[in-house]
Amino acid sequence: MDVVDVLWRLLAVLLAFLLLPLIVGQAEHKAMAHMQGRVGPMYAGGFHGWAQLVADGVKFAQKEDIVPGGADRRVFQLAPAIALLPYLIVLIAIPVGDGDQVGQVVDAGVFFVLAVMGVGVLGSLMGGWASANKFSLLGGLRTAAQLLAYELPMLLAAASVAMAAGTLSLPGILDAWQWWWLPWQIIGGLVFFTAGLAELQRPPFDAPVADSEIIFGAYTEYTGLRFALFLLAEYAGIVVLSALTAVLFLGGWHGPAAGELGWVWTLLKTAALAFVVIWLRVSYPRLREDQIQRVAWTVLVPLALLQIALTGVVKVVIQ
Amino acid sequence: MNLAAAGAHPGFLSPTGVEIVFVLVGLATLGAALVTVTTKQLVHAALWLVAALGGVAVEYLLLTAEFIAWVQVLIYVGSVVVLLLFGLMLTKAPIGPSPDADSGNRWIALGVAVVSAATLVTLVVDAFRTTWIDLSTSPKGSTRVTGEALFRGWVLPFEALSVLLLAALVGAIVLSRRGAPETDEAEPETKQEGQR
Repeated sequence: MDVVDVLWRLLAVLLAFLLLPLIVGQAEHKAMAHMQGRVGPMYAGGFHGWAQLVADGVKFAQKEDIVPGGADRRVFQLAPAIALLPYLIVLIAIPVGDGDQVGQVVDAGVFFVLAVMGVGVLGSLMGGWASANKFSLLGGLRTAAQLLAYELPMLLAAASVAMAAGTLSLPGILDAWQWWWLPWQIIGGLVFFTAGLAELQRPPFDAPVADSEIIFGAYTEYTGLRFALFLLAEYAGIVVLSALTAVLFLGGWHGPAAGELGWVWTLLKTAALAFVVIWLRVSYPRLREDQIQRVAWTVLVPLALLQIALTGVVKVVIQ
Repeated sequence: MNLAAAGAHPGFLSPTGVEIVFVLVGLATLGAALVTVTTKQLVHAALWLVAALGGVAVEYLLLTAEFIAWVQVLIYVGSVVVLLLFGLMLTKAPIGPSPDADSGNRWIALGVAVVSAATLVTLVVDAFRTTWIDLSTSPKGSTRVTGEALFRGWVLPFEALSVLLLAALVGAIVLSRRGAPETDEAEPETKQEGQR
């Protein structure tokens, strides 16, 4: 692997990181607008008001960057970067196609992506504490409780696929993938996707940011670009979660004409899952904090353990 | 080329790039760890702990123990520090210095830390004195190698540890549920205590 090759790969990952979250964000605006019959800005740029996104970006950049007087300045300012950067790093390890169509093959890929994704939550915690605001502190508390509850089922569900494939490497899992893994790992897939939603604090698990109760949780005091970075982190999180679910449970690049069009399949599956994430936001009410904890410990963890047992039994039987 | 030369003639006088990075990351980790225990701001201590634990993960990576490195990030940075921050938020850790953060036990703690560090350093130096990792061959710390070592050579300690963790888990549940059935009787008492 020479330097030029590495640079191209990094550039491709960076481009995906800059483009895909914006596309998901715009898709969310438009899908929600039409599902709720509240169409919003429709004129900027012509078709469905697509240029409103650019205008919003300009607006965010122009706003004054305010740090509250009582806040812990450095931690407050550092938090958005901690929230956003892990998703950029995770994208490096996600394969989009067959063979070497991946930023970098990581031997313990499943652990790598889950570990680095977990670091992103530190950003919300830092922001929640450093804002010196009780709503932010409540948001931070809820974020931490949610992460501790949902990290376990997510890890167990991912471990089930790793057991089935006999490897922790993401391209290795895809190489071993067969179509009948889809029904075999379906419970794990649902658990993984649900736990991922909770980890991203997306509805119906958005009690940590609940705008109608605690304003916007950890992000209450943020304005301008730093607030935009937190929003971008959420959309990057949707991209990463959808891509990971597609790779681990839906076969990633597998599909008709996978040789040439593998990357199209990955992108299509990711886009479909991202749409489901948006859809859930429009169609489900927010769970209460105790309900969120109960779902994790009494539903998702037992289901994930059941999936692991099932994987183990089937694996032993077919060998 | 440097790496291959070091593999053939290991020595301290011609350090390779990896060794220099290892030492630098080690110094940064040590610095972060020192700030962790000396800073007066509780949450800053937890955040410096993130830096220290992350530094240790980088050291694992440089020693080709990739699997251990990611597990370190997942467990310590992703869960243990989040738990610490959760506790700090729950107890409303103030912004700015906490005057009561210094315990009277700190000299004893320093003594214990120095003794355990000396023990570990002696142990590691004694065990790995002449071991050099040849970076040109297949990595010794890959998931496959780690898994085979764990479940072939070390399966008994592994199982013993899992029993220990299970015992801790059951113990935690028992402790947290203590007195739960008689909540109705216990509640007036706690209210009275709160009034006092």
